[in-house]
Amino acid sequence: MSTIEVVTRRSFLGGMFSAGAFVLAARLLPEDALAASGISGVGKAEAAAWSPSVYLGIETDGTVIIVTHRSEMGTGIRTVLPTVLADELEADWKRVKIEQAIGDTKYGSQNTDGSCSIRDFYDAFRQAGAGARMMLVRAAAEKWGVPPSECKAQNHQVVHTSGKKLGYGELAPLAAKQPAPKKEEMDGLKFKSPEEFRYIGKPLPTVDVADICAGKGTFGIDAKMPGMVHASIERSPVYGGKMKSFDDKETRAVKGVQQTVVLPPLVPPYGFKPLGGVAVIANSTWAAKKGREKLKVEWDAGENAAYDSAKYKQSLLETVRKPQKAARNIGDVDAEFAKGGKTHEAEYYVPHLSHAPMEPPAAVADFKDGKVVIHTATQNPQAVQDTVAAALGIDKKNVECHVTLLGGGFGRKSKPDYVAEAALLSKQLGKPVKVTWTREDDIRFDYYHAVAAMYLKASVDAKGRPTAWLQRSAFPSIGAMFSPAANTGQGFELGMGWSNLPFDIPNHRAENGPAKAHVRIGWLRSVANIYHAFGVHSFADELAALANRDRVEYLLDLLGQPRKVDIGARGAMAEKFPLDTGRLRNVIELAAEKSGWANKKSTKGHGWGIAAHWSFYSYVAAVVEVEVDDAGKVRFPRVDIAADVGQVINPDRVKSQFEGGSVFGAGIAMLSEITAKDGAIAQSNFHEYLVPRIQESPIATHVHLVNSTAPPAGVGEPGVPPMLPAVTNAIFAATGKRIRDLPVRKHKLNA
Amino acid sequence: MINLKVNGARRQFDGDPEMPLLWYLRDEIELTGTKYGCGEGLCGACTVHLNGAAVRSCQTPMSAVAGKDIVTIEGLSKTGTHPLQQAWVQANAPQCGYCQTGQIMQAAALLKQKPKPTDADIDSAMKGNICRCGTYQRIREAIKLAANSKPAAAPKAASKKAEGAKS
Repeated sequence: MSTIEVVTRRSFLGGMFSAGAFVLAARLLPEDALAASGISGVGKAEAAAWSPSVYLGIETDGTVIIVTHRSEMGTGIRTVLPTVLADELEADWKRVKIEQAIGDTKYGSQNTDGSCSIRDFYDAFRQAGAGARMMLVRAAAEKWGVPPSECKAQNHQVVHTSGKKLGYGELAPLAAKQPAPKKEEMDGLKFKSPEEFRYIGKPLPTVDVADICAGKGTFGIDAKMPGMVHASIERSPVYGGKMKSFDDKETRAVKGVQQTVVLPPLVPPYGFKPLGGVAVIANSTWAAKKGREKLKVEWDAGENAAYDSAKYKQSLLETVRKPQKAARNIGDVDAEFAKGGKTHEAEYYVPHLSHAPMEPPAAVADFKDGKVVIHTATQNPQAVQDTVAAALGIDKKNVECHVTLLGGGFGRKSKPDYVAEAALLSKQLGKPVKVTWTREDDIRFDYYHAVAAMYLKASVDAKGRPTAWLQRSAFPSIGAMFSPAANTGQGFELGMGWSNLPFDIPNHRAENGPAKAHVRIGWLRSVANIYHAFGVHSFADELAALANRDRVEYLLDLLGQPRKVDIGARGAMAEKFPLDTGRLRNVIELAAEKSGWANKKSTKGHGWGIAAHWSFYSYVAAVVEVEVDDAGKVRFPRVDIAADVGQVINPDRVKSQFEGGSVFGAGIAMLSEITAKDGAIAQSNFHEYLVPRIQESPIATHVHLVNSTAPPAGVGEPGVPPMLPAVTNAIFAATGKRIRDLPVRKHKLNA
Repeated sequence: MINLKVNGARRQFDGDPEMPLLWYLRDEIELTGTKYGCGEGLCGACTVHLNGAAVRSCQTPMSAVAGKDIVTIEGLSKTGTHPLQQAWVQANAPQCGYCQTGQIMQAAALLKQKPKPTDADIDSAMKGNICRCGTYQRIREAIKLAANSKPAAAPKAASKKAEGAKS
């Protein structure tokens, strides 16, 4: 476990590292990277009367200020992580203020991604709260001249056994003079037991909900700076293309347009670099957009000009039909197949997807005297610092990134290319510039979820249980963004539901073949789990159907006896979060029980499907009910999600993530598809890139959380993967049609 | 010169008459509660009321709002306590929150027409409003909460009050 160095205000102002940063750095950052960073942007919390750690300040009026360094994109993290600290601090939540951190390595990682905010910072926030509580108790004991053991922190006060009380505000200056707890004291910190929790496990509302509903929430697209101009950028329709020539005569004639600016073309590796192009600068968003429509640009499309999704799909399928490199190998699949028993095989396909957060990428930047101040919706303000610093040729400590609310993220907004565009333009123009992507920009120039093809084959025994299971995948890797030579699935991608099949099968091989990226590839909510879960859990359902066995009973049989699966992972995380098939079995049984599975008999036009998947260290089973009418239209009357995410901090926010995950997953299964033709993306807005609307979404998603004291695991993403196969398995139950090629809407279900 | 009323206040605009109301609200008079989501009337994030009816402000040029009454989320209630806003908070409906102001404006227009909407009414009225976080279940719940929180005649009274505030 990490340690926290609790420091006083004086040492803060003296420029020493804060407690939290030191701790988190020890876990998440190389120490030298941390040492290279300075302290910048002293926030309100740090300037408060007493600041026992980087996360926390207590004013003399008793106001507790908690810094949240993670980005709010809808998970509730801005509320939920501070409640962990407030709980251990015995603070009165009504007297807590949240302050959003700017980008700074002193906070440790701020990359709000990978469903890891609670997982990585739960312990640190508890320690910060408990450490501060210990100092408050000591301060009160010293003032009263009594042993600390006779004092107790209770609801924003320290109380002595005699009944004497001192409020946190009164104690703040005294506690500030207390020596910081020694490391061994922090190691020996006594945390609250679950019965003592004030907020953990309670459905606290989010701190932003009233503002959001009143139209007062400030998102990146709402940010403004005095004297700013607006930019809209024309980019190469083909990834990596370069501008040959442009004519902006008509553009400059548009009222409100000031000028055009050429942004430099991309140079590999592309990473988070801006795409380049021609920016139209105007006095309003509208004038910039209108001027851009008049722009005439000729592009040299470059090496991706022939990218065509129909042809690429065939190439991926050809790849998975041939032996590829094994990522995991157990027993001897080939020998088992050679025995000549009953086998089954199938191919699956999932297209490119776009994140399409409701708020498209937007940023405002002001470059002045070698420094740049930025306001933007970003999942990763430190990546903003790195990317902008590299683009401008300045030191990252001169990049001050303020984080607004995010109008959705889903992985898109951890890639700050759009922020670098604003910064480059501001530097060139010498004034603040706001870049707003249109929806068309967002859909045409995304970091797309990888298209994937999979081939699965199994031999089965007399009961239909697999004796050997082979799976092969091919997809363009996210790794290609950072290293152009990366043309196979990276370990982190294969570890998302491919190289860690939890089934108890004596002969198993998971392979992955090469695939070249022709568009930017990026992580999207649950990442590679999306296609892996679809392939694996569709195939399991096919085998159960062939054996004519109940799906729940079959799944439990596949998982075998409760055990920890050796998935090749080693180290502290693997020990803290083993893949435990007992917990996976448990969520399957819970979902079956809560959905009334045993009494459901699928009939023509009405069916139930199930799938269960482990991702981001959480165990999730989904039972989906579908109705398919005579026209082939699909409705989702009910979804039951059973989830074991370890310790639940805020059950309402956890449930809301799974409710949303059920919609997101059902939408991917049914509707969404990005395709390329002649190198360019064929979709541009929500009439072509379909995402689920109210009448297309599950009507009632019931979320059943397992009561657990295991370490808190991921919540934002793991609801998505099991939904895809659960939807298509339910459609199979209702129609007899097995959909192996997404999205479902391409298929006729009533034929 | 285009004269209009926004949230009860008289306004004048002499810029590009083709400019959508959305960008006038956001860039010119800094009412950023109305959101840009698609610019093509496909997502509903920019929904406002024009003479009491829900419209997509991204598809409404300034030339079309001359002499009209516009109400945005900022003007739906003075203190953010319209029955729908209260119900939205009670259901903790928002996740990221970006689309929710448009959702609330669309739902407010629905309740004016149908104070006790059925599920089918809700689907039909709300199908133009996309929520990428997938909060539809809570949106439905919040609309029903608001519909049941007051007698059926209440929306009329509320709109009268709003009119009173304008004059």
